[in-house]
Amino acid sequence: MTSLVIAEHDNAQLKGATLNTVAAAAKLGGDVHVLVAGGGAQAVAEEAARIAGVSKVLLADAPHLADGLAENVAAQVLAVASNYSHILFPATASGKNIAPRVAAKLDVAQISDISAVNSPDTFERPIYAGNAIATVQSGDAVKVITVRTTAFDAVAAQGGSAQVETVAPVADTGLSSFVGRELAKSDRPELAGARAVVSGGRGLGSAENFKILDPLADKLGAALGASRAAVDAGYAPNDWQVGQTGKIVAPQLYVAVGISGAIQHLAGMKDSKVIVAINKDAEAPIFGVADYGLVGDLFTLVPELVNAL
Amino acid sequence: MKVLVPVKRVVDYNVKVRVKSDQTGVDIANVKMSMNPFDEIAVEEATRLKEKGTASEVIAVSCGVAQCQETLRTAMAIGADRGILVQTDAELQPLAVAKLLKALVDKEQPQLVILGKQAIDDDANQTGQMLAALLDWPQATFANKVEIADGKATVTREVDGGLETVALKLPAIVTTDLRLNEPRYVTLPNIMKAKKKTLDTVTPQDLGVDAAPRLKTLKVTEPPARKAGIKVPDVATLVDKLKNEAKVV
Repeated sequence: MTSLVIAEHDNAQLKGATLNTVAAAAKLGGDVHVLVAGGGAQAVAEEAARIAGVSKVLLADAPHLADGLAENVAAQVLAVASNYSHILFPATASGKNIAPRVAAKLDVAQISDISAVNSPDTFERPIYAGNAIATVQSGDAVKVITVRTTAFDAVAAQGGSAQVETVAPVADTGLSSFVGRELAKSDRPELAGARAVVSGGRGLGSAENFKILDPLADKLGAALGASRAAVDAGYAPNDWQVGQTGKIVAPQLYVAVGISGAIQHLAGMKDSKVIVAINKDAEAPIFGVADYGLVGDLFTLVPELVNAL
Repeated sequence: MKVLVPVKRVVDYNVKVRVKSDQTGVDIANVKMSMNPFDEIAVEEATRLKEKGTASEVIAVSCGVAQCQETLRTAMAIGADRGILVQTDAELQPLAVAKLLKALVDKEQPQLVILGKQAIDDDANQTGQMLAALLDWPQATFANKVEIADGKATVTREVDGGLETVALKLPAIVTTDLRLNEPRYVTLPNIMKAKKKTLDTVTPQDLGVDAAPRLKTLKVTEPPARKAGIKVPDVATLVDKLKNEAKVV
């Protein structure tokens, strides 16, 4: 039994989500290999070889694999799939895009967003926006899985000494092409992996007012997040959205400011260790999950909190 | 060009579901059901393509129990021209749905299939990608913007960290993200008109598809409950608690 983890990277650096996915793979018990499919990604493969617990790294390097197009990357995974009992992707935008394509080609079910490994064929996964946990068993020969990264502690990025083996890249499918990318620039920690997260909701009232959260995030070394209401209203960019359909976070500290706490938002943050809610509505559902709630006007409370820290 | 839009009947997004005490599933008897929100966005996008003259016909498809007809009528009230129900009482998982949809695509020959990115009940986020794989078509998931011109679809996608744009050769699969559009409200006259539109019913057997579930659900349980929190009177108490009790700052 050997597992294959599909590395997430930007051709220069390995993304942290890969380490959590390796942790889930390690729980299966067998050997763990990592596939780096990219363009000019030699450095990423070397980085992957240093991950603790990884015994082999496969590198498929070609220009048409550089941008992570689902059609090409899925074909690359399929080219090596026959050697593996489990194929794991992080449940990120990239992993979710590619994994079902691989599963369908193998004619197996895909198991989405697993939050626990009970045995090599039995897994737990949240359904209904995290309001229920399903334990599912797969009878398929190959298990294609996406891993909820916040549910598994990252393995050490150093300490391993795996071999890097180059595999022949598959041909370009030619079905799709990459046009461009517009990434939000930020000096703050990455939302999904941050130790602390400060999130704002519709209560902030405007994009201008959202800046009130900056000093608080700075003090806490936190990433900034937002509710769907705040994103839809244009107060915050899309990729800040925390929730069922946005990012799932589980930081040590989550501060929800001006967020009512709809089911869909709670799905993205209720596994945080400590939740603080600041809201003027004492009846807001967010207080149902908050460890510490502060009822009052956020425009006076947030600056007060910054001063007190 | 024809556009096919699969829609799913799910528990309404505002309902907080309860797990059954025998752990066999969640209790969906007598709860409000609606069209999956992402599928509404898909129907709206297809309808807009038709209004722009890009699409000639919009076909809504649903797989499941007889009551999915209501979901198809809603899709037709938004703007779909006709509906197809693949009727079965059996449990359908994404791979089975993708196979059923492939059979319909082979029959109807659409140039574009627009699906929601995920259903809010199983939260799987698989069907569109699986359908693309089975058809060997390109896919653009999590679409934020779709433009169709010169035999290709240019789609801006929501990805971690921002947006990216890809170009797909038609025929292609697109799955919708929340910000693709704002679905219109269905009006009473349109609901009445939708009742007159064609709704065909087929079965998985008619389509020659084995729709048996591959994953076995052993049990469904409540997520671990959070211990009740407290309300603090002021900022000083909050900071004190965070420093000395929770030790997170």
